[in-house]
Amino acid sequence: MSNDEVIKVALIGNPNTGKTSLFNQLTGLKQKVGNYPGITVEKKQGICRLDSSVKAEITDLPGTYSINPTSMDETIVLDTLLNESGDSFPDVVVVIVDIENIKRNLLLFTQIKDLQIPSILVINMIDQMKRKGISINIQQLEEKLHTKIVLASARKKIGIEQLKLAILNYKKLDHKPIGQISNRIDKEYFSNLKDAFKEFSIYKSWLLITQNIEFDFLNERQKKLVSKFRKDVDCIKRYQHKETILRYQIINDTLKENFNVDKSKATDLRGILDRVLTHKFFGYVIFALILLFIFQGIFDWASYPMDLIDRTFANLSLWVKSVLPAGVFTSLIAEGVIPGIGGVVIFIPQIAILFTFISVLEETGYMSRVVFLMDKIMRRFGMSGKSVIPLISGTACAIPAIMASRNISNWKERLITILVIPFTTCSARLPVYAILISLIIPDKRVFGFLNLQGLTMMALYLLGFTAAILSAILLHNVLKIKSKSLFLIEMPSFKIPSLKNIFYEVVEKTKAFVFGAGKIILAISIVLWFLASNGPSSFKKAEETVSAQIENSNLSKKALQKKVASYKLENSYIGYMGKTIEPIIKPMGYDWKIGIALISSFAAREVFVGALATIYNVESDDENVGTIKERMAAEINPETGEKRFNFPTGISLLLFYAFAMQCIGTLAIVKRETNSWKWPILQLVGMGVLAYVSSVIAFNILS
Amino acid sequence: MIGTIADLKIGEKAFIEKLCLDNIPLKLLEMGCLPGKEVKLIQKAPMQDPLYIKVNGSYLAIRKETAEKITVVLAK
Repeated sequence: MSNDEVIKVALIGNPNTGKTSLFNQLTGLKQKVGNYPGITVEKKQGICRLDSSVKAEITDLPGTYSINPTSMDETIVLDTLLNESGDSFPDVVVVIVDIENIKRNLLLFTQIKDLQIPSILVINMIDQMKRKGISINIQQLEEKLHTKIVLASARKKIGIEQLKLAILNYKKLDHKPIGQISNRIDKEYFSNLKDAFKEFSIYKSWLLITQNIEFDFLNERQKKLVSKFRKDVDCIKRYQHKETILRYQIINDTLKENFNVDKSKATDLRGILDRVLTHKFFGYVIFALILLFIFQGIFDWASYPMDLIDRTFANLSLWVKSVLPAGVFTSLIAEGVIPGIGGVVIFIPQIAILFTFISVLEETGYMSRVVFLMDKIMRRFGMSGKSVIPLISGTACAIPAIMASRNISNWKERLITILVIPFTTCSARLPVYAILISLIIPDKRVFGFLNLQGLTMMALYLLGFTAAILSAILLHNVLKIKSKSLFLIEMPSFKIPSLKNIFYEVVEKTKAFVFGAGKIILAISIVLWFLASNGPSSFKKAEETVSAQIENSNLSKKALQKKVASYKLENSYIGYMGKTIEPIIKPMGYDWKIGIALISSFAAREVFVGALATIYNVESDDENVGTIKERMAAEINPETGEKRFNFPTGISLLLFYAFAMQCIGTLAIVKRETNSWKWPILQLVGMGVLAYVSSVIAFNILS
Repeated sequence: MIGTIADLKIGEKAFIEKLCLDNIPLKLLEMGCLPGKEVKLIQKAPMQDPLYIKVNGSYLAIRKETAEKITVVLAK
């Protein structure tokens, strides 16, 4: 197996050309998602067997309209194609075009061809040909474009074998560039360029000097030359425009005789659907209904598998404790690792359901209509129509939501989106809200049908969105970032979603979350376990101290054990941390025990509930261990004699969890996506101050 | 009649006259907005912005500020 010859293939195409379908057909489940070095853009690779001794390693590059990049995703495509010594530099490029948009899609093909990398052209969706009244002359096209053409329908598995064969024979492909474009723009300028970079093809040199990107693979001499050429900004811009116009001329000439569309065959499904979906009234109604349906899915349907996961991991912990001998190792597994993994797995149902919806909406082409409808509104808040999808995703988890903001090409709009996403009510807040609401809000109905607790939950959602919008407006006015960039989206034709694509997308997104955020959550759970089960000298003497204190009382062995555990927690490192912050959190109405829960929440917010469970579990003298809710309700504030979780403290906690940036996973992803510590620190401090101040104010007004 | 894409009414067709190259991002040209090509305004989003157009066979949405930079001649 390991002696197989491997052909490196790069799959490139415009968005909405069926590139993902083709990739899924070629590689099936043999896919892996990694990262490009230094950045977080996902690198999707898969293996495809071509014959008994040869396989292809296929890299699915991000969709792009040209190799002049305007976003992070698109930069990857250019970088891969220019860096000849790079790991993913392809032996052969497969360019996929949609037969309906062939003219525009070919622009990218002509650019790649001019880089003189062997290229195969896949014309996709040929099953639509008849219906759309399209006819093509393949032989003529192959000759004019100096390439091998494969007609395919990736969804219907047509043409896949022919493509494999073409890849296998890639060495026979023509290296010729398509047109002598440089000569037609300015012969003298380009011959100077050619003399400066003798080692590169002329189009590669041209790309090097036209992009405002640091190319790491260049040597010092080349870097100097590049910056010298880049100085002539006006000239470069003019020539880029000229180049594009010339490319379209070549494409038009090529297609004129070899590609025909009989317009009488066209149907107007797009027109009819768009009149409804982008209608100024019904458009919003439909969008609102779809949102409602998604939320229903995330909160209602997901609750069943989530409960199951919760119970399974709790039982697993108990089982491990009962099977393994008591000791540090068992404690680490049962109280550190298993709850840590459980804390990650519990989010999978919501994330999978959310991304199923999102990928259906994207596959059908509806998402572009949402962007179109929402753009003007979002712009008032300093964001873009493209911010809507990340903000919706934020209701499941901020981490994939922040990653979904990558296609916003305007830096300021993208940054504001990233910064406000953590205000949206993510699923980690739900268990915290649920338990606090059930403690402080009576389970009553108002107006006969509205449940008060449900209303409070809804109010908290609205609070999150309002905080996101208000802080976006603030950032919009405060941030002095000039970023001129074009808002341009394609409105793709409507399609029936492919189940296969949706399945792969959901699997990939879920995996990205589990292995990205999951690692951090698990690591912190283990650190917290360590901090709670170790401590300074007083911790180690816990048993002696406690026995000495209660020498004369008639405590059962079990009760004594619990006393010791409670003493241990109080004197553990985390207990000390809780006590250290007590003076700070006292104005919000909290004690050191809630302090421990707050600190623990930094792994993931929902750890709050588990941490309190541990604290009160070990504290209760009762043989009958009540549910966590009953235990919290029974907790008394020794200073006032009132319940600890009374209305003011409860509201104060709800506000704190609504606003505070208590998620290290999110901070880490913001750092990676913005490439700076400045923004995550701003989030941490800004949201922290807001949370603290509003909790203190609420507590003091209410009590 | 000469105006910009932003002046078109829904359903109206026009031809791109010229592009003020200093203000027009390259991307717009790459998407097929080239002089001489036909543009049709398909839909305006609420609040008249962005605009949903068909140009040179492609369906795109652009913001009004961009549309205002593209001069067109109304098709007869």
